[in-house]
Amino acid sequence: MLAYLIRRLWQMVPTLIGVVLLVFLLFKFFGSDPAIILGGLNATQDQIEAIRRQLGLDQPWWVQLGIYLKQIVSFDWGKSWATNEAVSSLFASRLPATLTVMIPILILDTLLAIPVALGVAYVRGTLTDRTLMVVTTVALSISFLVYIIIGQYVFGFQLGWFPVQGWSDSTWTNLTTYVPLPALLAVMVGLSPQTRLYRTFFLDEMGHDYVRTARAKGMTEGTVMFKHVLRNALVPILTNVGYNLPGIFVGSFLIEVFFSIPGLGREVLLAVNRGDYPVIQAVTVYLAMLTMFINLATDLLYKVVDPRVVLK
Amino acid sequence: MNTAAIAAATATVAERSEGVWRAAWRRFQGDRVGMVSLVIVAAFLLLIALAATGGVASNWQQEVGVPNAPPTFLGPRPPEAEAAIEGPKGPNVDLSDIDPLAPRYKEWAERAAQMKTTETVRVQTLPLGGDRLGRDVLAKAIKGTEVSVFVGVLSALLATLIGTLLGAVAGFFGRKTGDFLEWVYNVFTAVPDILLIFAFAAVFGRGIGTVILILGLTGWAGVYRQVRAEFIKHSGREYVRAAEAIGASQASRMFRHILPNVSHVILVRMSLLVVGFIKFEVILSYLGLGVRVDQVSWGTMLAESQAQLILGYWWELAAATLFMAVFVTAFSLMADAWRDALDPKLRGAE
Repeated sequence: MLAYLIRRLWQMVPTLIGVVLLVFLLFKFFGSDPAIILGGLNATQDQIEAIRRQLGLDQPWWVQLGIYLKQIVSFDWGKSWATNEAVSSLFASRLPATLTVMIPILILDTLLAIPVALGVAYVRGTLTDRTLMVVTTVALSISFLVYIIIGQYVFGFQLGWFPVQGWSDSTWTNLTTYVPLPALLAVMVGLSPQTRLYRTFFLDEMGHDYVRTARAKGMTEGTVMFKHVLRNALVPILTNVGYNLPGIFVGSFLIEVFFSIPGLGREVLLAVNRGDYPVIQAVTVYLAMLTMFINLATDLLYKVVDPRVVLK
Repeated sequence: MNTAAIAAATATVAERSEGVWRAAWRRFQGDRVGMVSLVIVAAFLLLIALAATGGVASNWQQEVGVPNAPPTFLGPRPPEAEAAIEGPKGPNVDLSDIDPLAPRYKEWAERAAQMKTTETVRVQTLPLGGDRLGRDVLAKAIKGTEVSVFVGVLSALLATLIGTLLGAVAGFFGRKTGDFLEWVYNVFTAVPDILLIFAFAAVFGRGIGTVILILGLTGWAGVYRQVRAEFIKHSGREYVRAAEAIGASQASRMFRHILPNVSHVILVRMSLLVVGFIKFEVILSYLGLGVRVDQVSWGTMLAESQAQLILGYWWELAAATLFMAVFVTAFSLMADAWRDALDPKLRGAE
């Protein structure tokens, strides 16, 4: 176990170096000159030169790469170019809002999709199954944007069930007042693909011999489905949840933009629009790291869910 | 050897094996849903071709109707009650002795008379309604279809091209080259998709070309993975060894021998990418990272429609949603049917 963990961590190193290089090269060779962005429209040549010196842009590129690596290792990205807020404090203040919205969505999505998919898989081939598959196909082809626009209009503006948008300082108020509408819409959208995917997982398992054996032994259908099929299908489901997990940290930037939630996703979008390079770079590199750790955690969880899994 | 013998020989060959594509087409024809989707997609493509050549919807930017003209089936909007303000009675006060502009009024009146103004008659209703400026929503939706589908298809082509090339090289050569490309793949998949797209968008700027480039450069990983697996599988097969034995070069073995045998997998992958990229384009355009202001796509239509919806003008939202939903549904069902028809796993089942 420990050996496995160490080897996996060791394998992450080259990938991480790659991500760092990718981001560095992308912004270094394709991005516009930071000094010109920072200087603004009325900067004189002297001012631009001064900014260059300050940022180390007058140095050769390998020295710049060194500066950049030092920033990553020391978790010090300096300040946002647009607001002069330290990037680390930006993370700390925006992440809670994102998590407040995204964690309920992920939990609801998974908890709702599993029983629906199990039910649909059980009645495979019937009218219910086929109707639901057609409905999910159509639901999938409508843009997320449309759901948000209509949902906000109908539930927030016309019916007045939820506030149209907003955010407060209290997590509890946020959860009870401001999160329900975005969560409802996101779950509506997320349910279709999840249900379709989990249905195939269940169908895969239901074709196995052990299911027939269980039925032959005279077990009730409930036991067969929930104890045997569900447990065995948990491994691919877990993979899928693990795959979606890093997404909750950037949040659904669309939701955050529409509902004015001061989260990380909206911040990244703002940074893209302002050309705020330090913020984009920091988010990209750290999120890649996080993704890798979550993947590792998912792999370790397999062992818990399915004792037959051998980690090597 | 006479021609009859050759014909007979080719006939036996044809009997012996049915080509992959022919067999797939036969299976595809048996799929009713797939065929209907194919017809719908073909109709859309025809519409796009007409729009691209200027046959239809070339005047989408003209303000032909009254602002927010309702759709024809709803009938024209009832005229608003005009609150009349009574004008002052009696002649105007004569200001000409103190008005500094007074001497030039006559000259200006003459010059104005030389100009011709034509009053364009704006229609009260349009087939699918009009937008804020009175532009025809139907024409906009058609033009938007052209742009959105164009972006989706072209970026999918780019992503497929990159993925296929890298996947072929990695799968065929393996060893150091394969390891290196595997590393590149790991790097690209380590960053969440949307962040990667944002990072590229921050660097490359805006516009249709940029969107295609961004989606193509970030979306190739899935194709790469599958093509690589197929190439690893095929490169050890006998027909490839035989090609090597008769002196076929590496490039020839990769692209003339193996590639046609895995092309159906690539096609299916690409059709799935098109659907995903169309959705991404819509979102990017909505966020202002996509097409320019003087162009129209489903995403910009949705962005405009939000403000109109609050005022009760729902038709632009409905038109963009309808066009997108029909096309994307038909395209994904068609892609599913293709996959069923081309999937090698199902080939033996028949």
